[in-house]
Amino acid sequence: MAALKMSIAKALNESLRKALEQDPKVLIMGEDVGKLGGVFRITDGLQKDFGEERVIDTPLAESGIVGTAIGLALRGYRPVVEIQFDGFVFPAYDQIVTQLAKMHARSLGKIKMPVVIRIPYAGGIGAVEHHSESPEALFAHVPGLKVVSPSNASDAYWMLQQAILSDDPVIFFEPKRRYWDKGDVDVDAIPYPLHKARVAREGSDITLAAYGPMVKVCLEAAAAAAEEGKSVEVVDLRSMSPVDFDGLQASVEKTRRLVVVHEAPVFLGVGSEIAARITERCFYHLEAPVLRVGGFHAPYPPARLEDEYLPGLDRVLDAVDRSLAY
Amino acid sequence: MTVESTAARKPRRSSGTKRAAGAASAAKPAAAATAQTQDAVPQLVQMLTPEGDRVENADNAEFAPFVADITTEDLRGLYRDMVMTRRFDGEATALQRQGELGLWASLLGQEAAQIGSGRALNDEDYVFPTYREHGVAWCRGVDPTNLLGMFRGVNHGGWDPNTNNFHLYTIVIGSQTLHATGYAMGVAKDGADAAVIAYFGDGASSQGDVMEAFNFSAVYNSPVVFFCQNNQWAISEPTERQMRVPLYQRAQGFGFPGVRVDGNDVLACLAVTRWALDRARRGEGPTLIEAFTYRMGAHTTSDDPTKYRRDEETAAWESKDPILRLKAHLLATGGADEAYFAELEAESEAMGKRVREAVRSMPDPDTMAIFENVYADGHALVDEERAQFAAYLASFEATEEGH
Ligand SMILES: Cc1ncc(C[n+]2csc(CCOP(=O)(O)OP(=O)(O)O)c2C)c(N)n1
Repeated sequence: MAALKMSIAKALNESLRKALEQDPKVLIMGEDVGKLGGVFRITDGLQKDFGEERVIDTPLAESGIVGTAIGLALRGYRPVVEIQFDGFVFPAYDQIVTQLAKMHARSLGKIKMPVVIRIPYAGGIGAVEHHSESPEALFAHVPGLKVVSPSNASDAYWMLQQAILSDDPVIFFEPKRRYWDKGDVDVDAIPYPLHKARVAREGSDITLAAYGPMVKVCLEAAAAAAEEGKSVEVVDLRSMSPVDFDGLQASVEKTRRLVVVHEAPVFLGVGSEIAARITERCFYHLEAPVLRVGGFHAPYPPARLEDEYLPGLDRVLDAVDRSLAY
Repeated sequence: MTVESTAARKPRRSSGTKRAAGAASAAKPAAAATAQTQDAVPQLVQMLTPEGDRVENADNAEFAPFVADITTEDLRGLYRDMVMTRRFDGEATALQRQGELGLWASLLGQEAAQIGSGRALNDEDYVFPTYREHGVAWCRGVDPTNLLGMFRGVNHGGWDPNTNNFHLYTIVIGSQTLHATGYAMGVAKDGADAAVIAYFGDGASSQGDVMEAFNFSAVYNSPVVFFCQNNQWAISEPTERQMRVPLYQRAQGFGFPGVRVDGNDVLACLAVTRWALDRARRGEGPTLIEAFTYRMGAHTTSDDPTKYRRDEETAAWESKDPILRLKAHLLATGGADEAYFAELEAESEAMGKRVREAVRSMPDPDTMAIFENVYADGHALVDEERAQFAAYLASFEATEEGH
């Protein structure tokens, strides 16, 4: 067993390296991914080792990047595209939603779209506008796209390779404020299924469901709650499309309470869908309504307010208390 | 309306060379790209050489009348603008290093392009900047400390665009060129005696929005000037990764003139921009100005140019410094003496100090500001969330008081 300690950023870099090594059809594309190695250095050193034909610096044009990735995929390549920041995916949104997502269905299944779009997302790094957003619901809402987000180094390493191997387009959200968090990566393991939720901490009183950057907050909240004698289970959803409702249902049937946590605005967010489905599936098991903790119906605020805006330990614990009070 | 571009009318010294590089590129893109960088810059409107000498030539003849009225006093004014802007920019960079700002996008090296174009504007004209136009903001009379709010993280803009006809900084690359075009369409509909100017970078010229702005402005003959500061880099990507044809030539394909100006020559930038604004106001439609300049520093304070840029390149551009050039000219012509420069130095120091103090005492916004201005009219969901969050925050105060 070869477990190595590495940061999420490093795990993603190693994952891309392995994908480039294993399949000559894999290409990396994006702004500044070459010499600079991307603004977060996720593609560091890859152009040096695999050349400009495989690690491609593109013009500054997101619609162009995704549109040409679609064309390359039609020609048999497997492009892995980097969008520099969450807020800059929108020039490409048309290509993603009207073209990438529908190509397979339109061709009656004849055409596959193995395109991965990596997006560093969410807040907590003190950035300016458009650099801290969580637009995952906008993609999860679109049939034909798969949407995932790792929360730790091992998942970063494995989920990215699984996404690249997938014949469907995958929107791969990277929790940028966790890039430097380290964890064990077993590079010889048999990977856990890409779209299966994982119990990150076992508990019996209540379930917290989260993904990406909020998993860590929920684990901390669970630890804090344990000191008060509450047993909190944390489920890392990992995939927002599809959502592993079976896995989540199993947890909720055990704990009978659910709080969904994400950074994105609560209104019409991923948590709304989860609350609705789990209520349908577990109506007679639930001791309390499913609660949601997340962003407000307001633009992501300037950096000096993000600590208040982002759900932290206190807001999660508050929801736990509210749920337990029913 | 003249659709034939200035660029097209004049014989261009090295346009042939450019073509050759372009043709060769079909076979081997990377190699041809490097070849293009080595080329001398084709047609470049220049009025002050890097040594500070005034030049008159065929390339600048059409534009020279637009600065014929410029006095020594005016030149000193332009010089002061550039010095103050650089001082402000340096102060902001220092404040970022001291942790007072989260980020800073420096304009170092681009002072002439910004001051030259900014001083060409009338009060009624409207500016659509990107995020680096601190010198243009200065020309518009925007309080420099207002520019720092968004970089400090206390707001997303921090000034009323209509006070100085200077729109908020736009971070999403290229978006504002369409806003400028639409604004200009409105100006034309109103029959107003004004023009609009949109700033953007060489990298931005790759965005579809910018191409659409060119096309709309041409189709509607809108009074807009597209002012591209080609500072040679879009973060780590050189211009060869953005375009195959010199930028200014692109205008021709859309049906309006494109001019390349020495972006480190404040006088030439002033002349060319005045010329373009004049055309716009006269109803002759859009112009593309490519100010050929250089980003002396990093892209922003988060960037590390040593990963992708050679020191020799930066050094080569140092000798073209826009401020030193005008200083040499002023000294050589007796337009200013050392006492003047010393006085200015003291003035810029005082401004730096004022900015530093203002930023350090800039308050954080109130938490509940999150819910402000989401809508112009009220919105029930925002009201509900605001009330819930207020109650949540108040519950802590209650506990704290309870202790
Ligand atoms: C749509 C979009 N994509 C990516 C970015 C990230 N980004 C910020 S500045 C920049 C480079 C811009 O280069 P250029 O247009 O030449 O302007 P400069 O910064 O050099 O003045 C990039 C890629 C962005 N802000 N917006």
